[in-house]
Amino acid sequence: MSETPIDVEETPFAADVTKLDTVPDAPDEFGTRQRAQRSPGDSIVALLRWAWYSLTSMRTALILLFLLALASVPGSILPQRGSTDSFKVVQFYAKHRTISPWLDHLGFFGVFGSAWFSAIYLLLFISLAGCVLPRSRRHLKAMRSRPPAAPRNVSRLPLSASWRTGEDVDTALANAHSFLRAKRFRADRTASTVDAEKGYLRETGNVLFHLSLLVVLAGIAITSFFSYSGTALVKVHDGFTDTAIDYDSLTHGPLVNVAKLPPFSFNLDSFEATYQRGGSGNGDANSFDAHVSWQPNLRAPMRTRDISVNHPLSTQGTNVYLTGHGYSPHFVIRDGAGRTFDEVTPFLPQQGTFQYQGVVKLPDAKPSQLGISGFFLPTAGADPTTGMPISIFPAADNPAVVISVYSGDLGLDNGVPQSVYTLDTSKLKQQALTEMHPGDTITLPNGLGTVTFVGYDQWAAFQINHDPGKQVVLGAVSAMVLGLLFSLGIRRRRMWVRATPDGAGRTLVEVGGLTRTDVSGNFDDEFARVVSSLQASITPLGPQETQGSADPLPVSRHEED
Amino acid sequence: MPVDVGLAKLSNDLIAGGIVAYAVGFLGFAVDAAFGNHAATDRVGYRTSKRAATAAVAARVPAMAGAGAEADFGTPGITSDLRLEESHGSASTADSAGVAGGAGSSSSDLAGSRSDWLMRRVGVGAVVATIVGWLLEGGSIVSRGLAVHRLPWGNMYEFTLALTFASVTAFLLILSRQPVRYLGVFLMAPVVLALGLAVLVLYVPPAPLMPALHSYWLAIHVTAAIIASGVFMVGTAATMMFLVADRYAVATTAGKPVRFAALARMMPDPETLDRTAYRTFAFAFPIWTFAVIAGAIWAEYAWGHYWQWDPKETWAFITWIVYAGYLHARATAGWRGRNAAYVAMLGFATIIFNFFIVNIFISGMHSYAGV
Repeated sequence: MSETPIDVEETPFAADVTKLDTVPDAPDEFGTRQRAQRSPGDSIVALLRWAWYSLTSMRTALILLFLLALASVPGSILPQRGSTDSFKVVQFYAKHRTISPWLDHLGFFGVFGSAWFSAIYLLLFISLAGCVLPRSRRHLKAMRSRPPAAPRNVSRLPLSASWRTGEDVDTALANAHSFLRAKRFRADRTASTVDAEKGYLRETGNVLFHLSLLVVLAGIAITSFFSYSGTALVKVHDGFTDTAIDYDSLTHGPLVNVAKLPPFSFNLDSFEATYQRGGSGNGDANSFDAHVSWQPNLRAPMRTRDISVNHPLSTQGTNVYLTGHGYSPHFVIRDGAGRTFDEVTPFLPQQGTFQYQGVVKLPDAKPSQLGISGFFLPTAGADPTTGMPISIFPAADNPAVVISVYSGDLGLDNGVPQSVYTLDTSKLKQQALTEMHPGDTITLPNGLGTVTFVGYDQWAAFQINHDPGKQVVLGAVSAMVLGLLFSLGIRRRRMWVRATPDGAGRTLVEVGGLTRTDVSGNFDDEFARVVSSLQASITPLGPQETQGSADPLPVSRHEED
Repeated sequence: MPVDVGLAKLSNDLIAGGIVAYAVGFLGFAVDAAFGNHAATDRVGYRTSKRAATAAVAARVPAMAGAGAEADFGTPGITSDLRLEESHGSASTADSAGVAGGAGSSSSDLAGSRSDWLMRRVGVGAVVATIVGWLLEGGSIVSRGLAVHRLPWGNMYEFTLALTFASVTAFLLILSRQPVRYLGVFLMAPVVLALGLAVLVLYVPPAPLMPALHSYWLAIHVTAAIIASGVFMVGTAATMMFLVADRYAVATTAGKPVRFAALARMMPDPETLDRTAYRTFAFAFPIWTFAVIAGAIWAEYAWGHYWQWDPKETWAFITWIVYAGYLHARATAGWRGRNAAYVAMLGFATIIFNFFIVNIFISGMHSYAGV
């Protein structure tokens, strides 16, 4: 194969070195040959062969590579479902009503899971496999075989040198052989030459890099089949056990047994947040720390640790990340029938403010169902322009709630699922609107009962991920970097030493060198060093004796282009 | 910890000085490229330089002293361009040895010796000004970092400083090994423009970072991205020059007139430019790969998923693909040369897009690292 999706390293070293000049620009060998074969009478096998060769050709691989880049672009510009900003898809839909259904139909709101995106990368990986596997085999074979034999005319190589010496042929070759071996060349001695090659790690790195890409794909496949990911909001003093029921939301791959999740559990003992006070970043969070006690399984002893941003808890391949935090106001409600309800309900942070919004629902209250909707203000203050109560700082310096209390029908009995964070007020009647501080109690009109704001607690939001594919991916990408360093940093070079008696009792020593020109490093220098070291052990006759010889410029460089 | 106002001001003053020095360096490189005679000789010396290299290989093999050892030839491979006398020595010796011949050599011989001397000084001056600018910019970055008690690459202003610093560093490092002074014009122009943009448009007063960015992965991931982008920028300058020089070479061979001929004539041969570009890209590509991987590892720690197709991630991936495409294209018949060069230009365009368009217009999980 003259064209492969991997760096065409082979061609400059094609067996017949004298053809060096033409080989790198040779036309696609398979393309032309197969095109010639494609006559109407051809069998389906030939067509398949042609398809396979076309798919694994370098040109196809390059086109697929660029298609992959191009296909990623809409995914970065249009809002995507399943990402953190999936609500933007809805906004986009509302804004562009005519085009959105089309875009949706074509998968533009889920580019990276769409059929066409998958088709591109799967074709690319097939093309890659079709090329890299045979190439690995060839490389393994090359590493086991002896270095290529010297070309007929060593002095016509890109780099060459020659001199006459008093040593006999055997001594000269033995010296050259041991010297090149010491320089870590793979060297092989024949009757009249030493053939040596160095830099096999380049191709090793090349193959390693491309094989690793295949392993990355395998890792991604493992992820999509065996991973699960969920979120849970945990109040301080509450616990979490890794069972499906404890998750607020849970997504998992098709091969995950949800009944058998890792049996760890933890308890949120306390939560600590610090904020910047004063200055331009007033109120910006400095640190979040969730202090938890946890156990990997029910029989293991409890241990404590902190979970903070960038420092997840890891156990049994599962990571627990801290993703958010907020307050849970604590209300005690006594209904008209004298029954008390003790409610600690998480309120969610409101974007762009220091306020937390939430709802308390009491479907069992008598004589009428009760609902509370409102805000928790960690540091209550007055809005300088409107005088309305707002929160002026995220830490709970002066906690207060601003709530409306409703009575009537909460709408929970008709079976339609409802968010626990919103109140459907269509069948409710507002009974009170008030600001309360810890310890305050209000009495509702019409004998509906009383509401006491006791105080507050905190909660933390966790994301729990299990992804057995990611270790595979990490290992593979590490190998990728290593492979890249070898394949881009090491050059493969060949040297040949030929010694022949010149018929006048002396020995003519010819040294030739061959490498690729564009890799970093300087083979000219290395070649010159090797030649001068060789001359230390294979002593040239004095300059006066070489005068007038056939080689006036003993070291010469033939340009490859 | 509060921001150190004095150091912050020092940082701003230093970068202002740095921009001035870079601008002087750019002008010096431009004058040197436009009026220096070496350009013409190098140009003709496309063949010349190879012969000179041949002779130099001979010169460095002690036993062969007879052939050409009386002249201490510089070669493109080892001579620092800072040692101007020597590299000129090599070119003009080659000329006088009669290897070069043809048009252009006439201007370089005896007639221009005085302006040659002046131009050499201009060339050295440009390099010195660039080094001064580099030191000032480095000082500005360090003092900003000390002022805010963190690595100063947390927003677009700081990132632009770090990026240009990285690319000038790469340029100076290559310059200390190879005669690539010709890159100065094409590199310093975007550097000065980018810094001007940073100071006038992107500037934000120094401030601490939000907690999500408190991680040593910030240092690893962003530093790698900066170094890779900086080196890509140098390669892009070489690629731009390659495109101009190659068009000129093709047109002259065909005997056609060509626009910007004067610009092309001051450049080295296309092969040299192409090779320089390739080496820089081949150096930066593994670093970019590492930067993307380090970002994924950090994302795994911070967000719980190593890859979420966040716009910034997506564009880093696109950049990676395009440069991977370049490396392959360069090894493929029918793609090498101009086509590969276009791919390389596209690669840098994706970096620019990621930096300006994605940061400013597209929101994602990297948004806090933006303006």
